[in-house]
Amino acid sequence: MSNEANIHGHDEVVTHHEVHHDEHHVHHHKETFITKYIFSQDHKTIGKQFLITGIIWAIIGGLFSVLFRLQLGFPEQTFPILETFFGKWAAGGVIQPEFYYALVTIHGTVLVFFVLTAGLSGTFANLLIPLQIGARDMASPFLNMLSYWFFFIASVIMFSSLFVHTGPASGGWTSYPPLSALHQAGQGSKIGMDLWLVSMAMFIVSSLLGGLNYIATILNMRTKGMSMTRMPLTMWAILFTAILGVLSFPVLLSGAILLLFDRNLGTSFYLSDIYVAGQILPNEGGSAILFQHLFWFLGHPEVYIILLPAMGMVSEILSVNSRKPIFGYMAMVGSLFAICILAFLVWAHHMFVTGLNPFLGAFFVLLTLLIAVPSAIKVFNWITTLWRGNIRFTPATLFAIGFVSLFISGGLTGLFLGNSTIDIHLHDTKFVVAHFHIVMGVASMFGMHAGIYHWFPKMFGRYLNNTLGYIHFWVTMIGAYLIFWPMHYEGLAGVPRRYLDLREWHSFNKFDDLNKMITVVSIIVFSMQLMFVFNFFYSIFKGRKVRTQNPWGSNTLEWTTPINPGHGNWPGEIPEVHRWAYDYAKDGREFIPQTEPVGENESTDH
Amino acid sequence: MQTTFIILILLLGFLITFQIAKASEYVSVMRGEEKSRKQNNRINAFLLLAFLIFGLIGVYYCNEKYGGKILQFGQAASDHGHDVDNMLKITLVITGIVFVITQAILFWFAFKYQESDNRKAYYYPHNNKLEVLWTAVPAIVLTVMVGFGLYYWFRITGEAPANAMQVEVTGSQFKWEFRYPGKDKVLGKKFFKAINEGANNPLGQLWDDSTNKDDIYIPPGDDMHLVVNKPVRLIINAKDVIHDVGLSHFRLKMDAVPGTPTTMWFTPTKTTNDMKRETGDPDFVFEISCDQLCGQGHYKMRGTIVVESQEEFDFWMAKQKPKFYLAHPEKDPDAMKAKADTVNTNAAVMQQPK
Repeated sequence: MSNEANIHGHDEVVTHHEVHHDEHHVHHHKETFITKYIFSQDHKTIGKQFLITGIIWAIIGGLFSVLFRLQLGFPEQTFPILETFFGKWAAGGVIQPEFYYALVTIHGTVLVFFVLTAGLSGTFANLLIPLQIGARDMASPFLNMLSYWFFFIASVIMFSSLFVHTGPASGGWTSYPPLSALHQAGQGSKIGMDLWLVSMAMFIVSSLLGGLNYIATILNMRTKGMSMTRMPLTMWAILFTAILGVLSFPVLLSGAILLLFDRNLGTSFYLSDIYVAGQILPNEGGSAILFQHLFWFLGHPEVYIILLPAMGMVSEILSVNSRKPIFGYMAMVGSLFAICILAFLVWAHHMFVTGLNPFLGAFFVLLTLLIAVPSAIKVFNWITTLWRGNIRFTPATLFAIGFVSLFISGGLTGLFLGNSTIDIHLHDTKFVVAHFHIVMGVASMFGMHAGIYHWFPKMFGRYLNNTLGYIHFWVTMIGAYLIFWPMHYEGLAGVPRRYLDLREWHSFNKFDDLNKMITVVSIIVFSMQLMFVFNFFYSIFKGRKVRTQNPWGSNTLEWTTPINPGHGNWPGEIPEVHRWAYDYAKDGREFIPQTEPVGENESTDH
Repeated sequence: MQTTFIILILLLGFLITFQIAKASEYVSVMRGEEKSRKQNNRINAFLLLAFLIFGLIGVYYCNEKYGGKILQFGQAASDHGHDVDNMLKITLVITGIVFVITQAILFWFAFKYQESDNRKAYYYPHNNKLEVLWTAVPAIVLTVMVGFGLYYWFRITGEAPANAMQVEVTGSQFKWEFRYPGKDKVLGKKFFKAINEGANNPLGQLWDDSTNKDDIYIPPGDDMHLVVNKPVRLIINAKDVIHDVGLSHFRLKMDAVPGTPTTMWFTPTKTTNDMKRETGDPDFVFEISCDQLCGQGHYKMRGTIVVESQEEFDFWMAKQKPKFYLAHPEKDPDAMKAKADTVNTNAAVMQQPK
């Protein structure tokens, strides 16, 4: 931040972007603590705000998973300490069913939306877009700031819902009506559910403001020479992510608002023929399945909203650290595009057993399995990028390789679930839990970790502790497979998800040792993440200082900025771009930055 | 006490790890960062290879340990279950091969191409032939999987045979109720506003529909009875929220949606006694699990099914009494006969459901 004064006091900087910054010359305003760190309009600060809020939510969500894993692993045991902290929700030291369902619901909601959408896209889109395309800031810094603050409001509402006396929402992160629509259906369907819906609505506003900004910035504000096909793959991934979000989040918003109407205004969008808690309700003619269509029309693209930025960052990190160009750049862009299109056409594969017309189901099977083609292209291209490279195993590289491994494992189990025949048996079992945690949860988390390790020096001008990074990676990698790989077997045995106690079930009560093992490992993995968080905050202040402008020997523009870039990113003119981002190992040179003009005798392979 | 102890140990581990990590950073600065970076590189490359090898051994071990617990995989207890198991086998073989090959080359390449002073990275930005190859091959393999999948899917979701018996299943928080159509083989009409548990009408049967008069109601907690090798069509309803009829041994599942009846059909191919023999478990029972989160009692919303021979089924069915007579004891011919015969007014009361 040392150059902060630099950019505001400047007079000599005149570029075509500078028009937007005229106000600085007029006001010569002083950056106060509030405008610099709280209501900041600087994309880098907003990115950090998203990241830190995301980290806080990740701790809460992760802690919740440890709590419900305790119940799953040790259903016969009591933990008096839980009663101390949670009172009636853990009466007698045993997690009560309502509490259990509240925990899984909030764990899912928070991890999917607040951590892996806001925390991942929000952080890296904000941080990297202007830096990698060569812009001073986002198209609209003000909307960008609003985007964070709407997320903050959503966070506050969601957090406050944890403290209402009937508890937070507990209908699962999908919150299907009528369960979520009927106050009588359970504690979690009371005020907690309203707060959940309002929080989601705020979150959607945040994500729309952010998404529109990302698209506008990438399309309009690239620096001279930065054609679309010269952009790093992170930019393509974020562009497609933003498009997915902008087109699909409004559908969820409508779904959530109709649900609010059904809950509070007596409408019947999702309700029909209901007799609940001894009471006949007047509602007729609604369809409970309608909500599922609306939900999954977002819900499925959401999976890719989470996954695509991770894919983009992994592509970039693997290429930089193999010291080789990413293999098949155009195929990588094409497959991102294909995934983006297909993401809109597969939502009903979550609904094969809702009574969906089997003929319609057949199309969804076909389209769902089709996604495996672009996914396979990506995997093979990543592997080929490693081939004959000269690989440096930074923690970021390791997380990127871990991402590819997890993406393969979880992607392949998707072929089971996407095939309706098998889905009849495996739907809503632990197999699904294992599948989506590996491919979407853990894999994207690995992408996010890779991104944090790789761009931490750019964010804070310091390095994260390397040794802790390696320990973090290995514990998390081994732990992730130990937790989720054997869980597939529970699913194959038909064990339904969201069961907190299997002891009464003759078919399912034979996985005691497995559930204990999973719980123990998840506690270890969670502690390791706390260690990472500690490393994160410790290194912001005490980490080893970055001394070179381009510590990874990378081609992209963010490494041409000062070590601690100020507001506006480049103190002088924005650099011009002369080549794509992946000229590594070309013509015997280790790397050629994008800013370097093409030499006369340079080979013209790309 | 124990909990405090565990937390203390975790904290201690935390501190120690952090101190080691901090020390190692100083050591690396003193030894020369480049040198220790290279050493770290070699260690991690080796660990990646070790992870591959131990990982694959772990996958094998896991299968040995839990492969036998997945409900007689390959010998499902229904015809459709066989289709599902077959599709599972096809998918397992294909994905298994892909899994081992891709994971192996991923980690092997990572190990083999670790940084070395003697090698320069190879500039290799694209190769159209290769890319077409690995677009086409997955596409072909997927076509095969979609083909098999849809073949089985349409078999499972196709029309039920004409001789299928019908059973209505109704889910509500947190129980299952069943209804058989009786001698006329037609389930009588019902309407949710007619539900009246106090008046012996928990399903809302409309008594002026004469097809309702012989319908048999099975209360929550009692078994659903099915006939082995006889197709059965389940008509599935829910009263309050969405539930799901999960039949793991038959490999089937269908949501129960309030306001939208759903159906599924299958043919049980093994009786409960067959299963007891096969599994060597005298307590074996076919279970219905609710597979869609329905509230706080979701995890114990359990139903049971008995699969038996036609004779056993007929014997059981003969003992059941239509709900109509329970709701209208004054019209029950048995009760009236009993009344006339013995003038014992208690007889009707004795017939109340358990």
